[in-house]
Order: sequence, then structure tokens, then C-alpha cells
Amino acid sequence: MTNTDNGFSATRRLILQGAGAVALVGLGSSFGNLPFGLTRAFAAANDKYPEEAFKQKSEADAIKSLYGKTAEASDKVKMDAPEIAENGAVVPVSVTTTLADVTSISFLVAENPVALVASYKIPAGTMPNVANRIKMAKTSNVIVVVEAGGKLYSATKEVKVTVGGCGG
Amino acid sequence: MASTIRVRATSSGETTEVQALIQHPMDSGFIKDSKGELIPPHFIQQLTFEYNGKPVFTADWGGGVSKDPYVKFAFKGGKKGDELKVSWVDNKGATDTTTAKIQ
Repeated sequence: MTNTDNGFSATRRLILQGAGAVALVGLGSSFGNLPFGLTRAFAAANDKYPEEAFKQKSEADAIKSLYGKTAEASDKVKMDAPEIAENGAVVPVSVTTTLADVTSISFLVAENPVALVASYKIPAGTMPNVANRIKMAKTSNVIVVVEAGGKLYSATKEVKVTVGGCGG
Repeated sequence: MASTIRVRATSSGETTEVQALIQHPMDSGFIKDSKGELIPPHFIQQLTFEYNGKPVFTADWGGGVSKDPYVKFAFKGGKKGDELKVSWVDNKGATDTTTAKIQ
């Protein structure tokens, strides 16, 4: 493939940025990838399993893949997680928030091989409170992202792990 | 066969609190077995709770959720004696469904 056509290569670069997937570079036609990139941008809007978000290694990429925007820290998001987790295979983490119009809550662990752990959809009428148990490979920041009124709010807490839960 | 899903849904009048415990290995694909070979990923990807035919809670899970996962949430409404439907599907396409009576 040549880069003689400037318009074409610019489009191609845009798509690749949006998709954030290096694996696509070697593929022949970027036209074939266009709908793929677009669907991904709106993946959070439907009920489909967010496959790509669960492949991202960093928490920032996972949040971007899942929501298409970045989160700001908010003291209205309250996370309950232990200071020290003796067993990284089972770390109880829960979140409550006083934010209104919550539509989704996600849990991420920065140092895990895959940052995104769980993402919950909160329909109208369901309380914005979730408790679950997650695995942690090692000592890491745990990040909770709350989507409320179309914006993202987050809380971060470091949990020290003495025995890893992801083969670490 | 016994269900893999155990659910307790308790109504307080205004809201219903739901706790679910599911039997599943939740293998992330990053852990090695005793021979040093990677255990292939095997984890629940989606878990749905439905009340009156409408989803009240949906979970998208990765391999980072603990083995035999537990989740707790609450929703407004839900009458004692009504049914709550719970179902999951994993990355190998296996599924399980159960219904629980709200207490």
C-alpha cells in the first residue's frame, strides 16, 4: 500500500487512532475497517459485550474504549476496598455514589494484565451501588468509573496485595 | 442438575436488594497450571438480572472477576413473591438461567 494519496492516508490514520489497534496496520483495505472503528466508538451505547475494552492493557485505554471519553476524579464516588488484601484472588470492592442519573459503573485494576475487570449497566430505577469481588495480580490502584448524566467520574484507591491473584 | 446460580432477593417494600453467587472457574488465561502451561481463559462475560421482563442490572465481566463470582446490587420496586430471572453466558458460549422469588 502506498501513501501517495494524502486524503486516503489521513483517513486511514484517523481510523487507526480511533481503533487504537496496532494489529490493523498490516491489513489491506482500510475501507473494510471503517465500520468496525465506528461501531467500537459507540459500543458503550448498546448491550453488546465490550470485547475490545476487555483487551486493553492500561486503564486509560480501557476507559476510552468503553466510553470514548476520559473520567474526572470526584469525591461523590465512594469506593470501599481493603487497604491490604492478603489474597489477591479475592478482593472485595464496592462502590456507592450520590451522583444522579447513573447509567453505568466500571471497575478497573491498573496493574492487572487486563485493566478492565467488570462493567455494570445501571438502568433507571436501579441504585448506583454495586459490590463485587475482583482479582488483583499485585499491589495496584483500583479505579471505579461512574457514568452519570453522560459524564464520567472516578475514584481511585491503592490496594496492597501480599499474594497475587493473576499468576503474578 | 443443580443450578450454578444462587440468588437471594429481599424486598424492603421500596427497594429490592439482590445478592448472587455463581459457581464458575473464572479462569483469566494468565494463570499457569502445575505443569507450567497456561490455563485457557474461561470466564463469564455477561450476567443479566430481569424483573417483569426488563433488565434491572447487567454485568459485563472479564477474567479479572474472582472465581465463583459474587455481586450485590439493589433496585427500586420488586414485590415479594415476584420472580427475578438471572442468566449468564461465558466466553465458551455456555449459559445458565435461574429464577428466584423475591422474599
